This record gives sequence, structure tokens and C-alpha cells, in this order.
Amino acid sequence: MSQAEAAVRPPALRRLSLFRNETVTLFRRWRTLVLLGVLAAVPVLVGIAVKIETGGGGRGAGAHGGDGPAFVGQVTNNGLFLVFASLAATLPFFLPMAVGVVAGDSIAGEASAGTLRYLLVAPAGRTRLLLAKFTTTLVFCLAATLVVAVSALAVGALLFPLGEVTLISGTTVSLGEGLVRALAIAGVVAASLVGVAALGLFVSTLTGSGIAAMAATVGLLITVQILDQFPQLHAVQPYLFPHYWLSFADLLRDPVYGDQLWRNLALQGLYAAVFGSAAWARFTSRDVTA
Amino acid sequence: MARIQPTPDAAGPGTSGENGPSGPGRRKAVRYAVPVAVAGVAAATIGIGSALASSGDPDLPEIGAKELIAKVAASDARQLSGSVRITTDLGLPSLPSGMSFGGQGNQGGKGGASPQERLTELASGTHTLRVAADGPERQRVSIVERAAEYSVVRDGDQVWAYDSGSNSAYHAKAPEGHERHPGSGLESASPQELARRVLDAAGPTTDVSVDGTAKVAGRDAYRLTLKPKQGDTTVGAVRIAVDAKNGVPLKFTVDPKGGGKAVVDVAFTKVSFDKPAASSFSFTPPKGAKVTEAGEGRGKGHGQDFGKGVLPVVPPGTGAGGGERVIGTGWSSIAEFSGGGKGKLPAGTDDRGGKGAKGDRTSADSAALLDSFGSKVTGDFGSGRIVSTRLVNALLTDDGKVYVGAVTKDALLKAADSAAR
Repeated sequence: MSQAEAAVRPPALRRLSLFRNETVTLFRRWRTLVLLGVLAAVPVLVGIAVKIETGGGGRGAGAHGGDGPAFVGQVTNNGLFLVFASLAATLPFFLPMAVGVVAGDSIAGEASAGTLRYLLVAPAGRTRLLLAKFTTTLVFCLAATLVVAVSALAVGALLFPLGEVTLISGTTVSLGEGLVRALAIAGVVAASLVGVAALGLFVSTLTGSGIAAMAATVGLLITVQILDQFPQLHAVQPYLFPHYWLSFADLLRDPVYGDQLWRNLALQGLYAAVFGSAAWARFTSRDVTA
Repeated sequence: MARIQPTPDAAGPGTSGENGPSGPGRRKAVRYAVPVAVAGVAAATIGIGSALASSGDPDLPEIGAKELIAKVAASDARQLSGSVRITTDLGLPSLPSGMSFGGQGNQGGKGGASPQERLTELASGTHTLRVAADGPERQRVSIVERAAEYSVVRDGDQVWAYDSGSNSAYHAKAPEGHERHPGSGLESASPQELARRVLDAAGPTTDVSVDGTAKVAGRDAYRLTLKPKQGDTTVGAVRIAVDAKNGVPLKFTVDPKGGGKAVVDVAFTKVSFDKPAASSFSFTPPKGAKVTEAGEGRGKGHGQDFGKGVLPVVPPGTGAGGGERVIGTGWSSIAEFSGGGKGKLPAGTDDRGGKGAKGDRTSADSAALLDSFGSKVTGDFGSGRIVSTRLVNALLTDDGKVYVGAVTKDALLKAADSAAR
């Protein structure tokens, strides 16, 4: 293992301090707050649009059902569905883009700001710095997802009635169970972003320019999303990280349909392992000149 | 300790680590081996996993074909739940309407969110169905869609269909005392139902044999192979995997005579014979859902067409649509639609009729459409076009008759010729 590991092992508290510092720094940045603000605004926009469209709620959702994003048809009858609709609307682009920005910036941003070498001078070790950066990005994944979900729940509760939830299989569950399922969905959505986070971290170790890393990560994200649309590429599509993203909806089936959920989580884990270790290989063997 | 490496030649972004045999270079190579190894292990796991899944036929005691068929007939697994995967590849780029293989049940089915309409979706591509049954009175079938689901639930005489994508429901009353079919038709897409139909109809025109064993959905199964004896059919073989324990058909495939991928492949990917949760069979339309009631006459009509014991690859002998008769027997049956008149074919009939109807309906483009689909032929019957798929061929004569069947083109022409005489 690296020389860093051989260094003095600090007590657990001090080991966490690097991660805590990183997290606090991340969530204090204006850019992070703006990203979260934009994400919080999406459910508000969706909610208001649905409200205006249906002329004050009530029946009529079925009239133009079938089109539009998933779950929007049920929002007028149950505000909880705004959570699912908003997550389905933000997962393909907004959420991974925000994660891509944060992950892409994690190492390359420090390098371009000239602060990376000072971070490395601290007795922390590159592996641990990388781990701290990755964990911070994962915390951001969860935070971003929860911001969307909580904002959607608040807007949904304000604009629409809440009540018993009809799952997409047609069975009805209590609002409490619906909330539990919503929480589980938020967890799955956050986990779905792990692949992008690992990819972004790897890209971030490749370059010394924060902007370049962010652009490359978001560019990769869009490219992969497009590749996922071509029916001719169906042989490789199961290995593209966004392929099973919408599988979070399987948590709303009764009984829960686990196939794709597990495949999604395994795929994200695979991406985390491959690109995480690639980032480690690159970062621990690279020269830091900035 | 922090290392700000002094190696001068490794500067710059994107350097991928080949620095020759020097110390840092080798270390770099070793480090990069980690992600490569992780990816390799993952690929190997996937490869080995699928290899394991496809091999390993179980050892089971020998059984005769007759015994096995008797076992299927005697199987009374009244409670079951699981997932079914349906793959259909009829060899058409995109299907017009009403293409539904093995869905004799959908005759005469029309209307919004009605189950009959959904059957046609299953006619091309791969779909996942989830099924649950608790006796003949309580059943549930759902088509798993991307972030949506279409379910048909039957509890007693109440039949509900719910489409979560459009938040609309469909309600019908099952015909009283009608045991097997809750008036949805979606059940006809399950391996059991397909196998039952074929076995009911497999008469002297079929060679039945037991062809080894297989593992389906983690259960040991016998492979029953049905081969048509008649030479002019396009059906190569029908294979049914029968659960060795309880005789439930787990997998149903139809191979075309021309070889290649199965035209129809319906198999359980997961199956359990435990009692499903009672809540699976209860349905209350959600607030705000658009509910369509089944039309009176239609509600009664549903049950009648089911279970006629026709081969699923052969046009139904007794259809709801008028002006239809069957030429030939068994596998080489050919259906003749002659009700005369363009566009009078029942819109909801299965694939063969559907194509004809499409051709007739869009008469303006029909010539172009058919030319792209089929080839022109002439004979004693006059002239017409042959539309062929990997399994089913259809002859559309210029005077408005349609001959369809899972038979060769020559057999179709012969049938048309003799009908013209």
C-alpha cells in the first residue's frame, strides 16, 4: 500500500476531520447552494404547472394522461406523487449534472485554485484526501436528492391533497407507508448517482482545470444518456450507468419488483469500484504541480 | 505522508503512466492494474453467471410423453405468483395493429383502457409480466412498464384494470360461473395457458416427445417437444418446459421451421407456488382516476371466445368476426376471411386479421404499404399479395379475401386456388 497508509494513524476523530472540513467547505460554497436552490425550485415549478393546468385540482388528470413525465398524472389526486414526479423529472439531468459539477470540481478545482498542494502538505495522505472528496460528493448526492424530495413534499402538501396512496400496481397503501416508500426512493435515487460521482472524481484527477473536469463529466453524462436511447446499442446498454435509473419506480409496485433495482445498485457499485480505483491510481501516482 | 512527486517527466494532465521500467513508472502501472482488475473481475462474474444459468440440466427420472401430458392436465397449482418474460419476434419491423400472437382471447375486444387492447402490446419485443393467482376466482396480471404498470385484477366477479401511466381504470363484471377466464385475455399470455391450448389441440397431427430436462426459474423441469407432422406448416416445433414436481408449464417457445430465434418465448423468470398476499387482489379505483365501465354486450362477450382449444398458431376456427372459415386441419389450418368488403374485418382479431384489416383500412396507402411488406402473386384465384412473417403468412387477394395461417406460401396459394374453383 502507499506510504500514506504507513503514516501515523490518527485517532478516529481526527481521521474524520478531513471529511468534515471538506463537507463544510462544500456546503458553504455559493455554487453548491445555488445548485441546491435550483434543484429545490424544480418541484415548485412542476407543482405550480400541474396546478394551473388542471384548474384547481380535482378530476381531469386522466384527460391527458399517458403523456408527459412519469407520475405527473397522479399528482393532482395525491401530493405525495409530486415527490415521485419531481425525482423522475430531475434524475435524468438536473441531479446528475449537479453531482457532475461537484465531483468534477473536487480535485481539479483545488488544483486550479492552487490549493491542492497545501491539502497534500497536511499530514493526511492522498488516498485519504481522495476518500474524503468522494465521501463528500456522496453526501452531496444524498443532500441534492433530499432537497428535491423535501421541496416536492412541501409543495405537494401545500397545493394538493395528501392521503392514501395508490401504488402503480393499483393497490392502496396508507400515507405512512407511502412516505416510507418515498424515503426509500430518495435513497435509491441518491445511490443511482454514485456512478456519476465516481466518474466525475476520476475525470477530476485527470486534469488541473476545474471547469474542464466539470464540462467533461457533464458531457460524458449527456453522451451516455444519448447512447442509452439507441435501440441498436441494446447489447451494451445494460452496462451504461443511467440505464436502470428509472427503476426506482419499481419500489412503487406491489410487491416491490426487485430485479432492476438490484441491477441498478450493483451497476452503481461497479462504477464506483472501477472509477474510484482508477481515480486512486491516477491521483496517488500523479505529480501535483499546482 | 504527503508526497509531491518530483519526477520531472510525468508532468502534465493525461499522462497515463508508461515511464519505462523505472520505479515510479512500474508503480504507476501496478496502480492502474487495480481498476482494470476490478473491471475484469466484474466482466468474468457476469460471464460465468450467465454461463452457469444456461447450463446444468437437472437429473430427473425418465418420463414418457403421455405421462407428462397427463401430469400437465392434472396439475392443480391454484396458487402461484411470479414474473413472466415474453419475447416475440415475428420478423416484422413494426407491427400495424392487432398483432397479437397466441391471443385468441382478444377477439372482438375494443375500447380505451380495456385489457384486450393491451394484449396487442405484447406482440412485439420483450415484456415482463407479473402474475399472481389464488384459485380460479382471484387473479392478477400486470405488465411491467417503465415507471408505470398496467394491471388486471380479478376478485370474484369483479374485474378491474388499472393503467398507472394515465391513471385510468376499467371495470367489468366477469361472466357468472365462468371459471378460467376473468374476461381479460391477458392470462392467455402465460406459459400455462399457451401450453394448455396447444396440448388441448395437439391431435394426431403432432409428434409429442420428452426431450431432456431444463432448469426454468430455478425449478427442475422436463422439456416437452411438439413437432407438427404436416409438412406445409411454418412451425418447426413447440417446446414446453413442465415443472417436474407439479406439472405446471413454466416455459413455452415456438420455433419457426426456418430456424433461428424462437418466434415466441414465454417463460417464468421467477415463480412461487405459495399463496399470494390477499391484498394483491383487492382494487379500489384511486381518487380522480378515470373509470371506464365495460359496455354491456362486450362484458358478456369476453368469456365466450376463450378456451376454444385452438392451436395458438392457427387461426381460430370459430371467431367472433363473420365471414371466416378454416381450410385444412391441425397445424396447416388456414383461415379464410371473406366477409367481403374492405375494412369489414373485425378490428380486434389476431395478427393475421389485423394485418388484413390494416391493409384495407388505409386503402390509400395500402398498395405502397403492402408492396413494402409483401410480394405480388398470381394464380387461379386471380392476383394478390403475400405478406410473410417468420411464422405466419398471409395472402391478400385483390378481390378482398384474406387467407392466413402458419403455413408456407405454397400452401396458401394452393388453398386459395382450390377455394376459387
